[in-house]
Amino acid sequence: MSAVTLDHITKTYDKGKVLAVDDISLQVEEGELFGLIGPDGAGKTSLFRILTTLLLPDKGSATVRGYDCVKDYKQIRNRIGYMPGKFSLYQDLTVKENLEFFATLFGSTIESNYELIKDIYDQIKPFNDRRAGKLSGGMKQKLALCCALIHKPEVLFLDEPTTGVDVVSRKEFWDMLKKLKTQGITIVVSTPYMDEAVLCERIALIQNGKIMSVDTPEKIMAAYPVKLYAIKADNIYRLLTELRSMPEVDSSFAFGEYIHLTLKDDTAAVTSLQHTIEQRGHTNVVIKLIHPGIEDSFIRFMNQA
Amino acid sequence: MIVCKDLTKRFGDFYAVNKISFDVNKGEIFGFLGANGAGKTTAMRILCGLSHPTSGEATVAGFNVYKQAESIKKNIGYMSQKFSLYENLTVLENIEFFGGVYGVSAAEIRKRSDNLVQKLGLTAEAKKLVGALPLGWKQKLAFSVAIFHQPRIVFLDEPTGGVDPVTRRQFWDMIYEAAADGITIFVTTHYMDEAEYCNRITIMVDGKVEALDSPANLKAQFKADNMDEVFYQLARGAKRSGD
Repeated sequence: MSAVTLDHITKTYDKGKVLAVDDISLQVEEGELFGLIGPDGAGKTSLFRILTTLLLPDKGSATVRGYDCVKDYKQIRNRIGYMPGKFSLYQDLTVKENLEFFATLFGSTIESNYELIKDIYDQIKPFNDRRAGKLSGGMKQKLALCCALIHKPEVLFLDEPTTGVDVVSRKEFWDMLKKLKTQGITIVVSTPYMDEAVLCERIALIQNGKIMSVDTPEKIMAAYPVKLYAIKADNIYRLLTELRSMPEVDSSFAFGEYIHLTLKDDTAAVTSLQHTIEQRGHTNVVIKLIHPGIEDSFIRFMNQA
Repeated sequence: MIVCKDLTKRFGDFYAVNKISFDVNKGEIFGFLGANGAGKTTAMRILCGLSHPTSGEATVAGFNVYKQAESIKKNIGYMSQKFSLYENLTVLENIEFFGGVYGVSAAEIRKRSDNLVQKLGLTAEAKKLVGALPLGWKQKLAFSVAIFHQPRIVFLDEPTGGVDPVTRRQFWDMIYEAAADGITIFVTTHYMDEAEYCNRITIMVDGKVEALDSPANLKAQFKADNMDEVFYQLARGAKRSGD
């Protein structure tokens, strides 16, 4: 049995004018760490709200642990943990009060599942008596995760837990998720950060309510259909604008220090391109063949759509 | 364009910004990075003329942050991920409103707003409410509005958060274009690849500027392959965390 299934789910808003989720089907397996990767407005939050029984789909069906997201909402609510993208704990309750509140709601206690939250809770325990509204962003995020875990859920839904969080805190958060996974909890997590995709076992790339690809990050990257080059020179911005007008260039995108580039003729040697660029007066030109990343794949799918 | 010396902001006994010093040159793209709670927002508020420093010196576009905050506000542009445009006004109304607030004449607004809308590819949407636009378009429009009055410097607070990878790059094209026109860019971001697009960057840790150089020099200095590693090495030791 799959932990989560979506079967031709469609969701519109504003009397059908806004198509948020467009005929999406996918499965998440038991114990899997599954990522929904896409920008704001892709439809990630709508999917989460359908799966957590907070929103009714227009069409299609969805299940969590075999229970139907419409009919069996009560069973689902007892079995899942949900951390919404927007901080949704009680700002006027303290750290400890929030935790006790959520434990009690699910007929549990902080002590009974303490092992599950211990690593995370230890980091915010020194602030037990501080009101949640007065916590820093990183601590709020940790408290929200504790509250979502306190009843030992079978499936954990995390909607953009790392948005707006700095690189160091993001790394820490993903380490926590890996630990939780070893406890057998199925985790569905969404993120707009493409670099986090490789930390998931399988991912769905989502854009404009549609899934562009579902697979392991490795397979998605390996399926990149053409050769990808990284290129740089001293005046990178001039190089980028010039590459765009060169007839042999298929696509060119800034990627940090380099520009990522594909050619219209995939079999063409890159040496002639290097020659052309140098003739235009560019200095310190470097061109190399590289392995595509998830962001390269995402951009390619977007441009095909 | 910005001169900042020993700039400090203290709340009680908490040094949000602790003696930071740096200069930003005209037409430069200056990246302002730091972990959550490092003091970026506080520093940016001072430089935008919204908050008085406790001590130290700073001028923005030649105006003193203590005495000439109002002149600073007139000479800068500002956009953030959180708030930039009025969702219940149309595209044209937003341009007219912000142009008017910054003292652009009505005739000038009329003349230039059509061009702008056309350049952004928003001609069909010009009379639609901004709230109905996709996020990427909103952010591109917000940036254009922030520089509509041709400020000498524009402050961008995480302008590309949550934006798709293609639009994010189009946004940086606009930044480069503005910089080439002589507008100085002061930008914060959580995307480390974007740090590479800046001429120089600072990394703030616990209220202090811990690094200030070009991306290439910083990578060499920290023996790192990319900015992600540089940032991680510096921010890992941070004691503060916050928003």
